[in-house]
Amino acid sequence: MVPTNYYVILSGILFGLGVFAFVFKRNIITIFMSIELMLNAVNLAFVAFSQAWGKLDGQVFVLFVIVVAAAEAAVGLGIIILIARNRQTLNVERVDLMKL
Amino acid sequence: MLEYLWIVPLLPLLGSAINGLLGAKWSNKIVNWVALGSTGLSFACALEAVREFIESGQALFRKEFFTWIAAGNFRAGFDLQIDQLTVVMVLVVTGVGWLIHIYSTGYMAHEGGYYRFFSYLNLFMFFMLILVLAANYVLLFVGWEGVGLASYLLIGFYFLRKSASDAGKKAFIVNRIGDFGFMLGMFLLFRTFHTLDFTKLFEAASNPAWSPEGWGQFGTFTIACLLLFMGACGKSAQLPLYVWLPDAMEGPTPVSALIHAATMVTAGVYVVARSHVLFTHSETALVVVAIVGCATAFFAATIGLVQTDIKKVLAYSTVSQLGYMFLACGVGAFSAGIFHLMTHAFFKALLFLAAGSVIHAMSGEQDLRRMGGLSKKIKYTYATMLIATLAIAGIPPLAGFFSKDAILLSAFQIPGGHPLYVLGLLTALLTSFYMFRLIFLTFHGKQRYDEHKVHVHESPWSMLGPLVALAVLSVIGGWVAAPALWGGPDYFANFLTPVFGSHEGAEALSESAAHSLELALAVVAVVSALLGLAIAYWLYLKRPEKADGLARSLAPAYRVLLNKYYVDELYAATIVKPLLWISTNVLWKTADVAAIDGTVNGVAGGITAVGDRTRYTQSGNTRSYAIWVVIGALVVIAVIFLWPGAGKPVLGWVR
Repeated sequence: MVPTNYYVILSGILFGLGVFAFVFKRNIITIFMSIELMLNAVNLAFVAFSQAWGKLDGQVFVLFVIVVAAAEAAVGLGIIILIARNRQTLNVERVDLMKL
Repeated sequence: MLEYLWIVPLLPLLGSAINGLLGAKWSNKIVNWVALGSTGLSFACALEAVREFIESGQALFRKEFFTWIAAGNFRAGFDLQIDQLTVVMVLVVTGVGWLIHIYSTGYMAHEGGYYRFFSYLNLFMFFMLILVLAANYVLLFVGWEGVGLASYLLIGFYFLRKSASDAGKKAFIVNRIGDFGFMLGMFLLFRTFHTLDFTKLFEAASNPAWSPEGWGQFGTFTIACLLLFMGACGKSAQLPLYVWLPDAMEGPTPVSALIHAATMVTAGVYVVARSHVLFTHSETALVVVAIVGCATAFFAATIGLVQTDIKKVLAYSTVSQLGYMFLACGVGAFSAGIFHLMTHAFFKALLFLAAGSVIHAMSGEQDLRRMGGLSKKIKYTYATMLIATLAIAGIPPLAGFFSKDAILLSAFQIPGGHPLYVLGLLTALLTSFYMFRLIFLTFHGKQRYDEHKVHVHESPWSMLGPLVALAVLSVIGGWVAAPALWGGPDYFANFLTPVFGSHEGAEALSESAAHSLELALAVVAVVSALLGLAIAYWLYLKRPEKADGLARSLAPAYRVLLNKYYVDELYAATIVKPLLWISTNVLWKTADVAAIDGTVNGVAGGITAVGDRTRYTQSGNTRSYAIWVVIGALVVIAVIFLWPGAGKPVLGWVR
């Protein structure tokens, strides 16, 4: 059996990549994908600990996170489509109408 | 009426409110109706209440209308009371006050702010009635402060003139000094007796079982009485707080007559008489009252000798006569003091009103040196003023003779009172001299004004009526107290006996000895008054050049008197200037500007500076916020892992 450590380390690496991409990428779809990556990194950790402790709580959490992520994807993609139509770009730094 | 005693003070308040709020657009006539109606009705109500009180034959009527302050075992209520002392005061205040209101309608007819004047005047009547009707020290203090306010407003009535507004401020500030003592006195009385109600307090104070705890040889009574007397000194213009009264003459003349001669300034005498139970327990306090009163009487009379402003002469005369009243209280003759208060209210109000009539006739001229020979032109004013002068000088059988005689007799009879008597007698001589000097300079001798410029005219009857009424009172007012010697029943002292008891000095001698002594003293007093008259006659009518010659030959003394002993200058140098310096340099520039403003502005400036630096973190860029979140998360993780001591409680709390 694979030790829990490995899962947690993999989860940490995935989360770190997600954060890195979120901070440094400009394309809004990439940023959106990095958020999904972070969520799934957390899901992996939950499942791993659920396995380790022999409890179902973690798996229930994961199901919730998947549902929320799906809802978020629906809303987020809708917003992205509108931005792309109005601004003719996917670069987040160009979406700055609220700034003077 | 007795059951509805609150109506008496309330009516003037109502008049004041109506005139003050609505009077600005009304004609003088409506304002007159409101002002005269409210005070006249108040006078009628007071008369009716007094009649019921005297008919009921009780020694004291008091009624609690509502509780004003209740805190722990402290209660201050809107409680009014009537006893014989209050009867005298209420009738003087409402009666003389009403006459002066009538006079004012003539005197102020051509002045701006007519409604304002009557609103203030009515307000004064309200507070003065509260003062004399109050049944506890707290309510009395309300009236006490209120008349101070009204006095301030009326002294500064011509507020566009700087000297008038300054005089108002001076009166208020000097009175604050006295009020400070008065309040401390009240606190001490409450601390000792746990009540400020007159009836209960005096009962507790006369209880022989009560012993003052640990105040050394002074005793609670002495300290409390001296503190109360300090308040009385401020309000009644005694040494060393008299300086505001002469300046208060900046107000309109009816105000000087009502507030600064007849009623408000006698409030101090009233308080001392009202607290006579406390004062008689303290020999020291009584001696202080007598000495201060006597010294003030003499001191003010000497200043009055050389003043050239007609109202200033009368102002110093008022200070001097108030000194007489305190002298009477100090020697234990409270009823004589109150008697003099009453007669003084008549003749001094008359003197001021007549002086106002003279000023009116001279179109605003107040300088005695620019009058003269007016007796033929303003006959009624002359006649009434002459009566008042005879009364104040103590010529029998006018009011002042009896009251002054009673005071001098009491001063003579107490042990060690002879110096007081001599000084009092000397003051009587000076009084007679400066009053006749005023009469001779104003009404007799050569005409010293330019007839083409000043059109001398007699005042209207609205002004002369009160003069005549007060003149009648000045003549007959003394007879109510005519002592037994003069064939009179001495009603006044007997009337006040329920209040003051019979601990007055006059009882000491046997009847016949007392009579011969009284007769001798009366003759001496009359002779000294006539002497003053004769000197004034000689100096100002017979040989007018002698007066100037005398002033020249005694130049240093004359200059000192003319400058009022430099007391104002002394106060300015020793108190006002240092206080101003401290206020400017320490309180204003250091404490206020540097410390308080500096702190406030410094804090604001510091926060602005911090905000200026940190506002760049709020970039509006989502990813920069994300970086902050990441950094925060990393710091939390680092703390949890690298500093186990700090992490534990947090983790424990989460769990």
